[in-house]
Amino acid sequence: MLEPLLSAEELSISFPSDAGLVSVVDRISFSVGHEILALVGESGSGKSMTGRAIMGLLPRGAIMRARRLVFDGKDLATRSSADWNALRGTGLGLILQDPRYSLNPAHRVGRQVEEALLLHTKLSAVERRERALDMLEKVGLPDPKRIYASYPAALSGGMGQRVMIAAMLINRPKLLIADEPTSALDRDLQDQMLTLLRSLTEEFGMGLLLISHDLQQVSRYADRVLVMRQGRIEEEMTSADLSHAGSPYTRALWAARPSAATYGTRLPVYEDEQ
Amino acid sequence: MSALAVKDLSVTFQGASKGFTAVRGISFDVAAGETFGLIGPSGCGKTSVLRAIAGLNTNWQGDISVFGQPLAAGRRITGMLREEIQMVFQDPYSSLHPRHHIARILGEPLSIRGMSDVTERVRGALDQVGLPAAVAQRYPHQISGGQRQRVAIARALLLKPKLLLLDEPTSALDVSVQAGILNLLNDLKTSQGITFILVSHDPGVVAHMCDRAAVMKKGLIEDILDRTALSVGG
Amino acid sequence: MSAIEQARIGGMSFGWRMLRSPSAASGGGIVMFILAVALLAPFVAPYDPNLQETANRLMAPSAAHWLGTDGFGRDILSRLIYGARPTLLLVLIVALLMAPLGIAVGILAGFFGGATERILMRITDIVMSFPRLLLSFAFVAILGPGLINGALALALTSWPAYARQARVETGALRQSDYLAAAEMVGIRGPRLLWGHVLPLVLPSAVIRLALDLSGIILAAAGLGFLGLGVRPPTAEWGSMVAEGTQVIFDQWWVAAAPGLAILVASLGFNLLADGLRDILDPRHA
Repeated sequence: MLEPLLSAEELSISFPSDAGLVSVVDRISFSVGHEILALVGESGSGKSMTGRAIMGLLPRGAIMRARRLVFDGKDLATRSSADWNALRGTGLGLILQDPRYSLNPAHRVGRQVEEALLLHTKLSAVERRERALDMLEKVGLPDPKRIYASYPAALSGGMGQRVMIAAMLINRPKLLIADEPTSALDRDLQDQMLTLLRSLTEEFGMGLLLISHDLQQVSRYADRVLVMRQGRIEEEMTSADLSHAGSPYTRALWAARPSAATYGTRLPVYEDEQ
Repeated sequence: MSALAVKDLSVTFQGASKGFTAVRGISFDVAAGETFGLIGPSGCGKTSVLRAIAGLNTNWQGDISVFGQPLAAGRRITGMLREEIQMVFQDPYSSLHPRHHIARILGEPLSIRGMSDVTERVRGALDQVGLPAAVAQRYPHQISGGQRQRVAIARALLLKPKLLLLDEPTSALDVSVQAGILNLLNDLKTSQGITFILVSHDPGVVAHMCDRAAVMKKGLIEDILDRTALSVGG
Repeated sequence: MSAIEQARIGGMSFGWRMLRSPSAASGGGIVMFILAVALLAPFVAPYDPNLQETANRLMAPSAAHWLGTDGFGRDILSRLIYGARPTLLLVLIVALLMAPLGIAVGILAGFFGGATERILMRITDIVMSFPRLLLSFAFVAILGPGLINGALALALTSWPAYARQARVETGALRQSDYLAAAEMVGIRGPRLLWGHVLPLVLPSAVIRLALDLSGIILAAAGLGFLGLGVRPPTAEWGSMVAEGTQVIFDQWWVAAAPGLAILVASLGFNLLADGLRDILDPRHA
């Protein structure tokens, strides 16, 4: 069996506060291989913090501890910021929720898509442009040359998201972390985006860690699912098993989704709504 | 008599250089006691329609009648109609005034109408949405997202509306919290006989809540789906 | 609710947060100190500030007179202590006049828009385009010198910045759901402006005020320096500096002492404003 790309053991994240140390992620363990693993949970579950910890982007003041946190053979728990920079453009990629806040409105698209190549490789300008155009085409953008020359403001939400994916994948990272990549998009765009991510993950042989609050989305696009709740892993299963999960929490979460089937009925509500 | 009759409604926004027509002459009717959905991609005009009915945007042309009473284009809604048409906004964090405590948020609409025993009524309003009386002393940032939306619903119900406009009421909420809010909305609708107009981009929510829905695109109604059509999607 | 949210919400009261911020605490401390000194002047000052001892004119700092004496033989320390009063009084009057006026103009302009906004903003622009100190002098020249007139002059020339800020913020609020929700339940007019718009516009106005106060102190001292503030022989920092410049090369302390007082007061308000901004800035969770 292949060594997993990412391996986390007893990962904890806490924040100091006036009331003492507040634990946001409490000793979770998991691994990500060449697959799509989803971290699913509601707000406060710790899923986003986990993603940030893996990228080295925890907010200031956060305290992270882990028995083991290894990516591609490199220890993540003890990296300096210089090391992190080297890692982020090459081995790790991050896709965030709203492309408007990730793309610099003052720079042309092409330049931003190439940026990882500029920082981490020694390709010439011509080679970089080639790869950028190739990537823009791969993410399904029509007329890559025109988009290469445009500014982010000229792009729609869906196009911006594709550009961000292109920028993140251009240097062929081994692991891509996508933090709620579709919540700012319309429903049909969401499906397009995830289908694209899935096919690119397979094509490049990457791993994808998908962080989401949407159980249904996750059941359709992920291979395995980790359900998080209040900083802990509630349950782990294949996405096919989501609809008949073991733990009452996951079952309640699944059943709480409104749909045509629930018309006229009361949706089940899990008892400890805070 | 229909709860809402819309005929040839157009909504135009004055931009810096030229106007932008968000809604281009649409017509639809909503029966009393129905939950009617307005769905479509962002920019289709559904929110503009809602806000015109709410009286928040008076810059429209056409005819809008609520329970037989016409709305006057270009003028704000006053009198009984102002009480009969109410709205729940998408993000409770930005519709509850951050510097007012809940007692004031719920009490002010009552006290400006000279109603007595405001404290009792506020408690009743909170009770109606399943919140304890202690919430009245808190500020919006001190309660959870689900609780905030419940307060927003309580406020919308204070004046006993007959038509409730819902602008993506649960899209800012977690799935489990959303379930509680949708249940609450349906309970209140049944017990008080309110008509709902619901704008949502979530097909699951629409399929669960709506009896009928208008599908909008680029300012026009493409299709009106009945229950059978809705039960296929979502 | 996430754990982080809960931790922040269980947070401190305003007073505690003030103490936590070093700028707010030190600035606040300085301001409080000056305030206390001004209030307790009769008990704290060693001499009558107007008592002239011509035999002891321009004496250097000594045990008897900690800061020496001025050209009329008056104890400088006592004059400094008493001099805090007109300074603070003037700052208070200016603050109470300029901020409400500016905020009111700004809110009305921002809320009603259209012709109202255009007219009010043009007036604001006109007042703003005059150099503040020069306009104050002109006012005082017309109205005559004195504390109230000086304060009035400064206030009437300093409100535009508040109006502009309030207008922009009110304009942004017009699009917000807060006001839309209030409209839905029929809250409108003065009640809306006072109870809903004002509370949201106030925090940045307060910060601006604290920042402005240090400048007002300097402007007041400027007026005093030119003889346009309080009338002699009343002790006032600005006029004290003016008197001191005449003997500055030999008896430097006569000008330096009030100059230092002005500096410290100005610094105190600046620090306080800095600290307040950190605390009140809504972007600061």
